[in-house]
Amino acid sequence: MSTKPVLAPSSDATVSRRGFFMTLGILFNGFAAMVLAVPVVGFLLSSVTRGRASGYLSWVPLGPVSDFPEGETRLATFRNPYVMPTDGKTVDTACWVRRIAGDQFQVFAINCAHLGCPVRWFQQSGLFMCPCHGGAYYRDGSRASGPPERGLFEYPYKVENGLVTIQAGELPTPGAAIASLTGEKPPCAS
Amino acid sequence: MRIMIGKIGEWFDHRLQLAAPIREAAEHPVPRNTASWFYVFGSAALTVFLLQLVTGILLALIYVPSAGEAWSSLQALNHQVALGWFIRAMHGWGSNFMVAIVLIHMVQVFLFGAHKFPRELTWVIGVFLLLMTLGMAFSGQVLRFDQDAYWGLGIGASIASRVPIIGPFVVKLMLGGPIIAGATLSRFFALHVFVIPGMLIAFVGLHLLMVLKLGINEWPMPGRIVKRATYEREYHALTRQEGAPFVPYAIWKDLFFAAFIILAIAACASYFGPFGPTGQPDPTIIQTAPKPDYFFLWLYALLSLLPPSMETPFLLIAPPVAILALILLPFLSGEGEKSWKRRPIAVLTVMLIAITLGTFTRLAQFAPWSPKMNAWSGDPVPDRFVHGTTALERQGALVFQVKQCRNCHSLGETGGKRGPSLDAVAVRLTQDQLIRQVIQGGGNMPAYGKNLSPAETTALVAFLETLHPPGQVPARDASRDLALGESSQKSPGTQQ
Repeated sequence: MSTKPVLAPSSDATVSRRGFFMTLGILFNGFAAMVLAVPVVGFLLSSVTRGRASGYLSWVPLGPVSDFPEGETRLATFRNPYVMPTDGKTVDTACWVRRIAGDQFQVFAINCAHLGCPVRWFQQSGLFMCPCHGGAYYRDGSRASGPPERGLFEYPYKVENGLVTIQAGELPTPGAAIASLTGEKPPCAS
Repeated sequence: MRIMIGKIGEWFDHRLQLAAPIREAAEHPVPRNTASWFYVFGSAALTVFLLQLVTGILLALIYVPSAGEAWSSLQALNHQVALGWFIRAMHGWGSNFMVAIVLIHMVQVFLFGAHKFPRELTWVIGVFLLLMTLGMAFSGQVLRFDQDAYWGLGIGASIASRVPIIGPFVVKLMLGGPIIAGATLSRFFALHVFVIPGMLIAFVGLHLLMVLKLGINEWPMPGRIVKRATYEREYHALTRQEGAPFVPYAIWKDLFFAAFIILAIAACASYFGPFGPTGQPDPTIIQTAPKPDYFFLWLYALLSLLPPSMETPFLLIAPPVAILALILLPFLSGEGEKSWKRRPIAVLTVMLIAITLGTFTRLAQFAPWSPKMNAWSGDPVPDRFVHGTTALERQGALVFQVKQCRNCHSLGETGGKRGPSLDAVAVRLTQDQLIRQVIQGGGNMPAYGKNLSPAETTALVAFLETLHPPGQVPARDASRDLALGESSQKSPGTQQ
């Protein structure tokens, strides 16, 4: 309580020796903070930068073509290509595979285009319904009713060596600016 | 013995020098009429916060913040560790109580004009404390890593992704990777256990410090106007003349209420038990209807009821505007009347917000907008609707069931509530209108044209036409009678 400053800091314009060193010390710490900030920010943003550099997307097989009868829509699961040791079951992902005919497919994300809840397929009425806010989609994934502003997200697919393969790896979200999830035509259907 | 304790106390205080400032803080004079039961909510929020700190640390002794093991560690807490269920329940109920008490505290402060000069900054920090409390509530729900948490994160990511331009990056930053997985849980753990609590402790400290420095808001008297130039002088005069030391004059009510709240949380915890966890966070299990925790139910309702085109603008604009309005409030109305008796707009605003939030929360408990996913296989058409019907109409009832119409439409109080109840649909729609509605959809109903054969449509509409109360005639198109003769439509007379 009664600590008096032993040396009063000089208040006039002249820079004292100690004042100069204090300024230098602050600048030195600022430099150290900047040096440290580079790896810290790099670490914090790693989940974003990784996605931009090499990308999270890769081709994953869903199963042989024969698993998917023509004219039907079946649930398929795949393991997300990007895995961390602590992920547990969360990397197992579901999707809806519609085999139109032959090698013509549509692979829909399980996530509703509204807020990402898991949509369920109803064979009899030919509709996907969402249990959360009541979005509904037709069998070709186009929007039928409810709050979604667009159809279901589609994965690009190809049929290779008799396997249905999709390009996946990211959670599809309404705002994702990823070409693969914007409902583009499949790149190939050999 | 007493002398001994006194000496030890003196030894410590000689080094710590804390006794004097603590005594000064405890005995600072407060206006007499603030020793009121209305003034206990702030200290109650602090009490619950401390309770959350303690129960949170206890849970951390067992909980494993790993996507692969979090769920099983919660099961262990519930079933294996002695009284683990109780600590989980205390923490879960504590969070519900904390959100509620913080909101009540805020309403009380607002209605008593305590946000006005010179306590603006106390209010602003209080707004941040509210946001952090909600942040704790959401991140806490994530740590209960079950199906609701998993899909709740998906909803959070979907909302975040709608931010223009940076949306997708925000999603990856929030999830810690491309999908909801181990890194997501770990970062929400860091937020819930280190970052937000650290900030909460700092901000609660500042909040309390300002209450001490600026004094507890006096009981608002109608006509006693706050003016920047004179308020502080008036307040000090008030506390000098008719003030009383905070300890013990006012604190006994805080103490009673604090104990009461802790006991109430313990009672809820032991009676209702812990929250969840619901199913495992396995995204391949899609038979789930995720729902947010209590304090976010209003948002769940809002996201269902807003017109689709308004949703994104609302989500992105409303929260910043609301927060800004709360922060600016004490600067826009920093002077003037404090008493709620002279501030009708303030009272009406609070009532409007409370009623809106209450209504949305209540609605979300029923979620009439969600299709009932199992109604088509679980809720049969009540037999009174098929009693005495023709073969065609019964076939129609079957189509009605099999084509999942029941998931959205109720009959006799069972089935979904997404679409209108069809108990009396024949009174509202003529045969032609029924056919058109079924085939083309519209008004939030999908078109069933491609999924119904002509025979199925005929049968379905025949069944729908029987759905009218006994005393009421079904709707009919009068022009068709003229054009095609009476026989073209079923005569309503024969139904009665």
